[in-house]
Amino acid sequence: MSPRRTDTGGRIDRLKTIRFTFDGTAYTGHAGDTLASALLAKGVILLGRSFKYHRPRGLLTAGVEEPNALVTVLKGEVREPNIPATMVEIHDGLVAVSQNRFPSLAFDINAVNQLGGKLLSAGFYYKTFMGPVVGPLKGTRFWMFCEHFIRRAAGLGSAGSAKDTARYERMNAFCDVLVVGSGPAGLMAAKAASDQGARVILADLEPRLGGSANWTGETIDGAPAADWARRTVAQLEGRDNVRLLPRTTVWGYYDGNTLAALERVSDHKDQPGKGEPRHRHWAIRAKSVVLATGAFERPLVFPGNDRPGVMLAHAAERFANEFGVLPGQRIALFTNNDSAYRAAVALKKAGAAIAAIVDVRPEPSADMRELATEAGAELLAAHAVIATEGGRALSGLKLQRFDMSNGALNGEARSMHADCLLMSGGWSPTIHLASQAGARAEWDAARQAFLPPKPAQDGPVQRWIGAGAFTGSFSTAAAMAEGRAAGISAAGATNTPAALPVVDAVPGDPDPAPVFEIRASGKSFVDFQHDVTAEDVRLAHREGFVSVEHLKRYTTLGMATDQGKSSNIPGLAIMAEALGKPIPEVGTTRFRPPFAPVSIGSLAAERFGDLRPERLTPMHDWHLANGATMYSAGLWYRPMIYALAGETVEQAYVREARATRESAGIVDVSTLGKIAVQGPDAAEFLDRVYTNMFSTLAVGKARYGLMLREDGLAFDDGTTWRLGEQDFLMTTTTANAGKVMQHLEYFLDVIWPDLKVHVTSVTDEWAGAAIGGPKARQILATCVTGTAVGNATLPFMGIVRGRIADVPVMICRLSFSGEMAFEVYCGAGHSTHVWEALLDAGKPFGLVTYGLEALGTMRIEKGHVTGAEIDGRTTARDLHLDWMLSKKKPFIGSAMMDREGLIASERLELVGLIALDNRPLNGGAHIVEEVDEANPHDSIGHITACCYSPALGKYIALALVKGGKARRGTRAHVSDPLRGRFGPVEIVSNHFYDPDGNRMHG
Amino acid sequence: MLITCPYCGPRDVIEFTYQGDGNRARPEPASQNFEAWNAYVYDRLNPAGDHNEIWQHSGGCRAHLRVVRNTLTHEISSVTFVRGHHGSASRPEAEDRS
Repeated sequence: MSPRRTDTGGRIDRLKTIRFTFDGTAYTGHAGDTLASALLAKGVILLGRSFKYHRPRGLLTAGVEEPNALVTVLKGEVREPNIPATMVEIHDGLVAVSQNRFPSLAFDINAVNQLGGKLLSAGFYYKTFMGPVVGPLKGTRFWMFCEHFIRRAAGLGSAGSAKDTARYERMNAFCDVLVVGSGPAGLMAAKAASDQGARVILADLEPRLGGSANWTGETIDGAPAADWARRTVAQLEGRDNVRLLPRTTVWGYYDGNTLAALERVSDHKDQPGKGEPRHRHWAIRAKSVVLATGAFERPLVFPGNDRPGVMLAHAAERFANEFGVLPGQRIALFTNNDSAYRAAVALKKAGAAIAAIVDVRPEPSADMRELATEAGAELLAAHAVIATEGGRALSGLKLQRFDMSNGALNGEARSMHADCLLMSGGWSPTIHLASQAGARAEWDAARQAFLPPKPAQDGPVQRWIGAGAFTGSFSTAAAMAEGRAAGISAAGATNTPAALPVVDAVPGDPDPAPVFEIRASGKSFVDFQHDVTAEDVRLAHREGFVSVEHLKRYTTLGMATDQGKSSNIPGLAIMAEALGKPIPEVGTTRFRPPFAPVSIGSLAAERFGDLRPERLTPMHDWHLANGATMYSAGLWYRPMIYALAGETVEQAYVREARATRESAGIVDVSTLGKIAVQGPDAAEFLDRVYTNMFSTLAVGKARYGLMLREDGLAFDDGTTWRLGEQDFLMTTTTANAGKVMQHLEYFLDVIWPDLKVHVTSVTDEWAGAAIGGPKARQILATCVTGTAVGNATLPFMGIVRGRIADVPVMICRLSFSGEMAFEVYCGAGHSTHVWEALLDAGKPFGLVTYGLEALGTMRIEKGHVTGAEIDGRTTARDLHLDWMLSKKKPFIGSAMMDREGLIASERLELVGLIALDNRPLNGGAHIVEEVDEANPHDSIGHITACCYSPALGKYIALALVKGGKARRGTRAHVSDPLRGRFGPVEIVSNHFYDPDGNRMHG
Repeated sequence: MLITCPYCGPRDVIEFTYQGDGNRARPEPASQNFEAWNAYVYDRLNPAGDHNEIWQHSGGCRAHLRVVRNTLTHEISSVTFVRGHHGSASRPEAEDRS
């Protein structure tokens, strides 16, 4: 056993040896050890290098607030930096390395930064990276070159680039009472709340529940406090209404009592158990919350307070009592309060020699004098530590008489040998979660700490109840009483007096002396992790930073990964002194989530990669089996082209479009939004929703409709079919199906609740195929039974019902391609059957399948609009659809569509373009009056869609051009500097092909 | 944030779509009062405190709900159907359906 390891006591299992490596050296520890305790037991004091100055650093704390001993844990290629060694549980095969050092931790070349300490003061980056404002180097690249190296010199661990192979999980949980913290207060609260039958979750960031009971050495009901904690945990474990979450950091407190927590499920194992994730993110919705998060001990600020071997008093007590590790052989303590005396006695009992207790207060109480004697320590009242000695480990310290009324040092300085110095600057309640929940902390002059606000009698109801050290109640007995009361109250029950466990505690006054800093020469650290000294804080003040928020940003105090858990209050106290104001007037900053760093993996959990659902048409498999190249349109996958061997995209769509215009083509249109609009007021509703009339539409007919938004801009278009007096089938564009549905539902629910109309999305129920071309009607005639398809039965915009291959179908004669065309709808489950029957029937007529590209080509030739033109900025007039605006009735958007700005003459209007240089055009290219390749300017519009037109034999496009209608017949130019495409175009009507519609009317 | 849908019960906010300020009054469809239309389309209240909002339970029963939400605390003090429902607003025989 190592000389620093005690023979008995603590949570470690001395019979189980665990092997791990740190910086390439193999070490052993015991089950229950953290990386910090295991290394400390082996005498490894130097664990890190500081952020800016590369000063050697050791452990300051034993817990989550550790600012110095940050390590990187390696798992194969995956590296996770900046984990406090105090939070890493060792396991066989653990590989950890130190950070921010080169070439090694013991010899770090950047430690020369310490010599230039004055240069690296507060605001160093702001001042430095502005560069020289005068002189020969002004504005040169030299400064940028230097910046690269300066930035590299400062820092923490480096992130890895290997893919994280671990699995993460997300859980939602609901409970009546969430208890955060499992110390005496938290355990009592969980027990009391569960006694009342409440569903309780108890979370603690440590692997072993019990909090301070595990290390104070006190007794509860005659047994060691740790045993009481273990018994209580076992009792809770057996209850059905209690869930215990060890290794779980509650890191965020959000609205509606939703709390976020990170459970480290398997970091402490060499292999995760079957089905276990690495981390689990918990979203916990609690009816009420008990905050029993304890308190953080504060360091004292004095020269050399960062030397390895200088540690917080309670941390040493924890290492000794919880891990059986002595942080030193000959220990001195430096304190402004009573709590360090208990630590001195505990360490003495564990086998260390206590050199001295240095107390800034002139008259420690009789109880404290007794404890000092018990610890065998020389008590130096009214003294202060003014320096520490040693290289990479503490070897001694310097003391002087100290007058705490004015901070003056006097008398002879005295040296003292010690290999460990423990400090205690008082305690700050861990109020982070309450602060996140919006609570304003209040300064308590006696405790010298910010305390959470007491629940007000008449104020707003707080969703949390505090207990224990969190509220400033630092004694175990008080914490247990508060915990019980909080648990009962959180469960919604009334507190009744009951006998509480009897605590035998070391005496002590919880109030520290108001001393935060000993001013003597040398670097005195306030924020250990960001290397911010007391002098930096004063410099910031001299440079005019008077608000605590500015101080924080300028000095970076409290902005490191530890978020200033140990440094905020000392920093604030020094700032207050510089300002000559009391601390509460300077104020504190509000805490934000997360309380401690959170793995990004846990937030993503299973949700990574492409999360979008795929929507496939019912004929999808047929398309794939028949050579379609698929294209994703929103969530849908649609055939783009059905290319023959060796065809380019352009060759394929030109062939498909040409064949359709020459004989016939068929396309899958199942993606169109389809909404059943039914009820006695359905026709009236459609009159209000569409710009044109639908109440006059005959049963068995369809009509093209246009919708506007409330602000008068165009929204969506499509055909609506009247299937019965009160039964309409509305179709929408593929992209807007969901939006239109929501739009209709909103108006029915909110604006016109008196209308008797029901809307149902039937997009997925109907499959659709559009078959068009001069031979389309003949093809239908050969395969449709039960109805004629001639002009008399099925005129333009007529609807018939019949059968194809024994499947009932609905056929509407309407055209998007501009040809004689029909949309054939059938139940989605029969779609491939019907599709194949249509293809069979079409074979003798040269029927081709066509995809989105040919569909787009034919619609551009026809000048039809789609989402590219109905882009949320265009009006019906801009798109030449003003013929659809009924003057006989109001409709959605009618009141706003005639506003000045929407009828101005210089608006972007839909036009057609023909490339005069016979080269392809690009979507998004700008249109200009005069081409100037070197200095493109003065856009008069842009291209919305373009293609090669087989019907015209030209490259054409649709475009939105300023005052477009008046420019028809004139020339302009495309200007596309990004793709280097410039050239002349002719502006024409958007109806390129068959403008009178003779082909579709037949 | 949880919204207690009168039909579906308490559900996470991700199931809902915000549909805007519930204080807007739409003018009569044929109204030519441009000021009123402008106010309806563009003016929104932005109170610090209780706000009358419309939410749709788009990932659930799709009903539109009138929600009174405190913009400072996100506390929801009332949720009702926007459309007056005939009969009870509570979930019909919820116990039997489970």
